[in-house]
Amino acid sequence: MTEQRVGRIVKVSGPVVLAEGMTGSRMYDVVRVGSLNLIGEIVELRGDLASIQVYEETTGIGPGEPVLDTGAPLSVELGPGLIESIYDGIQRPLNVLVGIEGAFMSRGSTVPGLNREKKWHFTPTVGNGTQVAPGDIIGQVQETSLMVHKIMVPPGIKGKLIQIDDGDFTVDQPVAKCVGEDGTEYVITMLQRWPVRLARPILGRLTPSRILRTGQRVIDTFFPITKGGTACVPGPFGSGKTVVQHQLAKWVDADVVVYVGCGERGNEMTDVLTEFPELKDPRSGRPLMERSVLIANTSNMPVAAREASVYTGITIAEYFRDMGYVVALMCDSTSRWAEAMREISTRLEEMPAEEGYPAYLAARIASFYERAGLVDCFGKPQRQGAVSIIGAVSPPGGDLSDSVVQATLHVVKVFWSLKGELAYQRHFPAIDWLTSYSFYKQYLRDAFEDKDQGEQMEQLTVEAMALLEQEAQLREIVRLVGAEALSGQDRLALETARSIREDYLHQNAFHPVDTYTSMEKQFEMLKTVMHFHKQALAAIEAGVDPAELFKLPVRERIARAKYIPQDQIDRIRQIRTQIDTEVAALRHAALTR
Amino acid sequence: MLTVREYQTVSSIAGPLMLVEAVDQPKYGYIVDIELPDGSIRHGQILQVEKDKALVQVFEGTSGIDVEKTTVRFLTRPLEFGVSPDILGRVFSGLGIPKDNGPQIIPVKRLDINGKPINPYARDYPNEFIQTGISSIDGLNPLVRGQKLPIFSGSGLPHDQITAQLARQATVLGKGEAFAVVFAAMGITFEAAQFFIDDLHATGAIERAVMFINLANEPAIERIATPRFALTAAEYLAFDLDMHVLVVLNDMTNYCEALREISAARKEVPGRRGYPGYLYTDLATIYERAGRIKGKKGSITMVPVLTMPEDDKTHPVPDLTGYITEGQVILSRSLHRKSIAPPVDVLPSLSRLKDKGIGEGKTREDHAALYNQLYAAYARGKEMQELATIMGEAALSEEDRRYMAFADQFERCYISQGYYENRPVEATLDLGWELLSMFSDAELKRIDVKLIEKYMPRFRNKKA
Repeated sequence: MTEQRVGRIVKVSGPVVLAEGMTGSRMYDVVRVGSLNLIGEIVELRGDLASIQVYEETTGIGPGEPVLDTGAPLSVELGPGLIESIYDGIQRPLNVLVGIEGAFMSRGSTVPGLNREKKWHFTPTVGNGTQVAPGDIIGQVQETSLMVHKIMVPPGIKGKLIQIDDGDFTVDQPVAKCVGEDGTEYVITMLQRWPVRLARPILGRLTPSRILRTGQRVIDTFFPITKGGTACVPGPFGSGKTVVQHQLAKWVDADVVVYVGCGERGNEMTDVLTEFPELKDPRSGRPLMERSVLIANTSNMPVAAREASVYTGITIAEYFRDMGYVVALMCDSTSRWAEAMREISTRLEEMPAEEGYPAYLAARIASFYERAGLVDCFGKPQRQGAVSIIGAVSPPGGDLSDSVVQATLHVVKVFWSLKGELAYQRHFPAIDWLTSYSFYKQYLRDAFEDKDQGEQMEQLTVEAMALLEQEAQLREIVRLVGAEALSGQDRLALETARSIREDYLHQNAFHPVDTYTSMEKQFEMLKTVMHFHKQALAAIEAGVDPAELFKLPVRERIARAKYIPQDQIDRIRQIRTQIDTEVAALRHAALTR
Repeated sequence: MLTVREYQTVSSIAGPLMLVEAVDQPKYGYIVDIELPDGSIRHGQILQVEKDKALVQVFEGTSGIDVEKTTVRFLTRPLEFGVSPDILGRVFSGLGIPKDNGPQIIPVKRLDINGKPINPYARDYPNEFIQTGISSIDGLNPLVRGQKLPIFSGSGLPHDQITAQLARQATVLGKGEAFAVVFAAMGITFEAAQFFIDDLHATGAIERAVMFINLANEPAIERIATPRFALTAAEYLAFDLDMHVLVVLNDMTNYCEALREISAARKEVPGRRGYPGYLYTDLATIYERAGRIKGKKGSITMVPVLTMPEDDKTHPVPDLTGYITEGQVILSRSLHRKSIAPPVDVLPSLSRLKDKGIGEGKTREDHAALYNQLYAAYARGKEMQELATIMGEAALSEEDRRYMAFADQFERCYISQGYYENRPVEATLDLGWELLSMFSDAELKRIDVKLIEKYMPRFRNKKA
């Protein structure tokens, strides 16, 4: 046990406090600052002086007040009870704080991240006498109806189990005991701690090659993300970053969703809190909240805790990954995280790089995204888990040359570029199909159960994207010489591109059916749009007037195909039959004319 | 306990800042009273403490302060505002001192003007529709209780008329609840402030208003405290007295400039256009004080006004504001020139909370589909208007010309209504349908067929 060091404050400047007499303290140790007992973290050491970023408002503290070093780095508590929680940036449960402090946040409160009173039913999965090591799964807890929480051996414990009990326990009661080779006895509880700035250990990393389905057509079809992949969503304000993040949090086919509201609006978190318990998971029919962990450090909450919130989020995500789950981490918005770094850096009087951001900005962003991935998990039994990170970026004025956007683009594999103009036209999600990209496109075909369907889909996406490209060029021509100058084929290309945009890519997040589209329905919809194109093209070549084709009644049915519920998918196939009939009738009329 | 300690140890003064030395245990964020050699009193706040030195920002400016004779009294509290129900109907300075020659307020309690962040878990989602009587807001960018919806304006645009119209007309349908207006003027002209006050007088709303006035010729640094005083008053009215409070902050650009002045005086590394890197966080501590709280009746709805330099939306002040607030109402100079009043540029304007505040039981079931269709049609019409200026109207197809005509009609009948017409939301919705009736049903892709049959005038007339 190290003795607790007590230093004294010499300087207070906003969220940064300088303390003397801190010899022996380590970087990133957690300290308690001043008579109000505020929580802080050491971010710089110089002789016996320590710079501390304080996670709470510092008004009213001053030189001479004590600083207490706890000797431990900033850590999170991991164990049953994480799911359905809502935490602030340093894992204080906000729902519990409301009970203690009321509606407004006060200072110096310490509440453990996990409930100490609640009992969980622990079921062992290994027997007495088993040799165990860190990361091994020894039992499980049914945390919610959607979530089986695997209990793993905490770090530093290795030996032979001498006791393991089936029964109801709180998180800090022993569920098992084991004896090490040197005869030391260890007690295993369901609770473990992990320092947030340190990645949890893994056996090895694998290439993420399985598509993470999102139910969002523009994403799944054109710019898919994988289980263990990374994506970023930059865009100006009002372009729908948060709606994209919310949609993914709702519909993504991950086992666990960790949502970090980092320096964003309070009402958005309330939205998540009121919606998630009511929304049903499309696969299990259970409330989505039963697989979610929320971290809310809104823009008016202390800036240093905002800096910590993304680390708290990723550490919790890694913990569930280690159980062998697929985890999706949403971070809205990483720009606010970067701004928090900038603010702390300025107060430390560090030499600034671009736009006042610290020189280590790019390195911090890169190492954060690198904590994503598909991995072989540490410990027995052998299992794979994945963490996908989807980070929103809010560049000033929507300017993509912003440092945070550029640093993020260096590391992420998927780029969903949100465009203000699309948002003004109320084209949502406002993901620009021409500038966005995904390095995971080649895995799309494997996302279909039916192999043939997968191959067809791949072909369809190539054709559709080509049309969208062609549209961009044709629009230039139209701008110069007018639509009348175009050939029939080109006019059809424009019309189909419009149909792809409006009937397929445009998706209404607030419509009960349209909000989520299965891969199968996506295939049928896109196939129908392209089927019309092919039939019409043949008809135009056979002498049919394009204007006649555009007026066909079936086109309205194509436009409304998105509202056809999942269980009536056959109706989309029927549209294709109707296309054939109506186009054939026109061709017949053209022939007989 | 209020311990007061006096010092005559001012060592340096630069811009709005003053350094006081040999202070016994100064505390960050606390306030000081400064007594000048001539006996007058000014106010300051401690920005930084280092050992026995305190860096103080002086709200009223530093002119006349000297290093020798000035006395600084260190108080052991942050800046506070004494509230009581009597603040209604009163006018205060930017530092919360009565300036209407009325009696002193006897405070029921004193509140830290910085407030405390609302625990996100305690927030209640804003979903009660506020009828403003302005079609371009009610129909297309509906405002809900607890929302913060700024007006992005520019010099010479009529944001004062619009805020006055909002304060006059805003009501929640079917409810007669206690309502109050808190108005914070930061660096605006006497005329602009007086226009607002006169308007409130004319409607009698002045009885339910609290004003904090810092005019353009009053100390700039004071503006940093002004919105915080206003919001402290608003929080008291909303969460202690159960009132629904509309807060108008005019003009946030001046506030940000004051903040920049302090930052520059402290020699901080500047961010974009010289504004400090923490501008986002600072603005958030103001804007995020809007909202509703579970279990409390009252609410704070905020309408900050800001003038965009050169109408540039990417300027740091509107840009960072847009990232915090729940949408924005943007005024258009070209509509204003066409005498369209209020000149709301509906395409880039947005209300993020609209979807929860409208629909059946709140406004009408067709509302969401209708505004989507109106937007889409207007966007296309505007695009065609642009094309027509390049290539001439003759190059457009008949269909394109129809959209162009729609955009024109839409601006004239729907957006334009003047500053004194209070249009009920049903009238706004019906007007939307009437305008859409120039299109065939098949063109109205964003509206469910059932709704078209129910609300489209040509169907309704058939039934009647």
